[in-house]
Amino acid sequence: MKPMPAGLRVLTGLTVVLFGLALYMVFVYAPREVVMGEVQRVFYFHVAAGWVGALAFLVVAIAGIIYLTRGGRRWDHVAVASVEIGVVFTLINIASGSIWARPIWNTWWTWDPRLVTATVMELVYIAYLMLRQGIEDPDRRAKLGAVYGIVGFISVPMTFLSIRLLRTIHPVVIGSGDPTAEGAFDMTPRMLQAFLFSLLTFTFVYASLLWHRLRLQSLADRVEELKLRVLSA
Amino acid sequence: MSEAAERTDRTTAASGQLASGWRQYLRAIAALVRKDIAAEVRSWELVGAMLVFSLLVILLFNFALELQVQLRSEITSGVLWVTLTFAGTLGLNRAMASERERNSLDGLLLTPVDRSALYFGKTLANWLFMLLVAAIVLPLFGLLYSTNLVSPGLLLVVLMGTAGYAAVGTLLATMAIQTRTRDILLPILLFPVVLPALIAAVKASDGYLQGLPPDAIRPWLNLLVAFDVIFVAVAMMLYDSVVQE
Repeated sequence: MKPMPAGLRVLTGLTVVLFGLALYMVFVYAPREVVMGEVQRVFYFHVAAGWVGALAFLVVAIAGIIYLTRGGRRWDHVAVASVEIGVVFTLINIASGSIWARPIWNTWWTWDPRLVTATVMELVYIAYLMLRQGIEDPDRRAKLGAVYGIVGFISVPMTFLSIRLLRTIHPVVIGSGDPTAEGAFDMTPRMLQAFLFSLLTFTFVYASLLWHRLRLQSLADRVEELKLRVLSA
Repeated sequence: MSEAAERTDRTTAASGQLASGWRQYLRAIAALVRKDIAAEVRSWELVGAMLVFSLLVILLFNFALELQVQLRSEITSGVLWVTLTFAGTLGLNRAMASERERNSLDGLLLTPVDRSALYFGKTLANWLFMLLVAAIVLPLFGLLYSTNLVSPGLLLVVLMGTAGYAAVGTLLATMAIQTRTRDILLPILLFPVVLPALIAAVKASDGYLQGLPPDAIRPWLNLLVAFDVIFVAVAMMLYDSVVQE
């Protein structure tokens, strides 16, 4: 088996260290929020997970465009890896948001723009995987996957805008907010640092997971290759 | 001949070629639409199925939601658009499936037209069939619930909403038909993507039914127009990659 490239080993190690630091920052360094208490700490990883989901989605669209214009199976592998990671992190985002919402808004769910958009994004991801699962030919699979990745990516912001036209109760922490939004809070410098560090850490997590997944794909391809060689010998 | 005259001749020839290129393109689209309409008129399988299905859905909604007169006006547009969405799925699936059954898509791919012409032809035909269904469902719906649904504002929304739906739906149906799961996959692919258009259509329809001022309705109409334009452009560009060799 091909050994793990040095770069990947370094990246993985670095990611583990960063994650440890992030946990420290979230649970110890960041202060206790006045109104919401400890449950507010969910916020740091909740937004970071959402960010990774959106980033993964963007990568899928870009990889799709590159695959359709320039070709190269590698871009298809990047797209699939990104979708798989995106599905998981968007789910984390929704679940953690729900956990945060229950004590604060006294409900597990509301039909507000951001929640719905996250759900729609998750559904597009899942549809993407179901689409791929139903196609035998790898070239066709890559092409149709790329097309759906692009179409899905364009529709999600539009979904957000369309629901945004209705009222929202989701806290707008960064940027101007609706004063009736519940659960909004101003971040002290320490909170901001913990928040930005969480974003950074999760980006590293995404990058290392992506690389690992790509490596997994190339190893799987090698296995297929060897299988064919054995069967035809 | 003088140089200027030669240049003018060449420009005229070039623009003539351009014009004839355009004319060929439009003629190809028209031929495709005519083919689909001719096939449909012979059997009425698409529109017939969509129509019966719509009526059944309206019937189901009546019992599922226990529509009382006061509540009705608030959810009328919702019920209408859910009906059109579900029926549209049926039509799109059937349209692509019959192409596949007759292997007519291979023949179409051999013709010397741009693949985007294929896309436009198919989309226009699908749009036309949806409009035909809507033309029957709207007055019928109004009859069953004693509300007047045939108003110019609502008709405009139906036109734009079904256009966007057909634009994305045709592309995705072409994709879905190539998978193992076929018919079942189209709603899964389509519904998350068509959601902005659906929301805008429901809100705009509701606005017109409630008689809201134009300012309240305009943002939804704008969203609908944006959706239609963006997705027609995107689908047109991507259709080539989607059609099977």
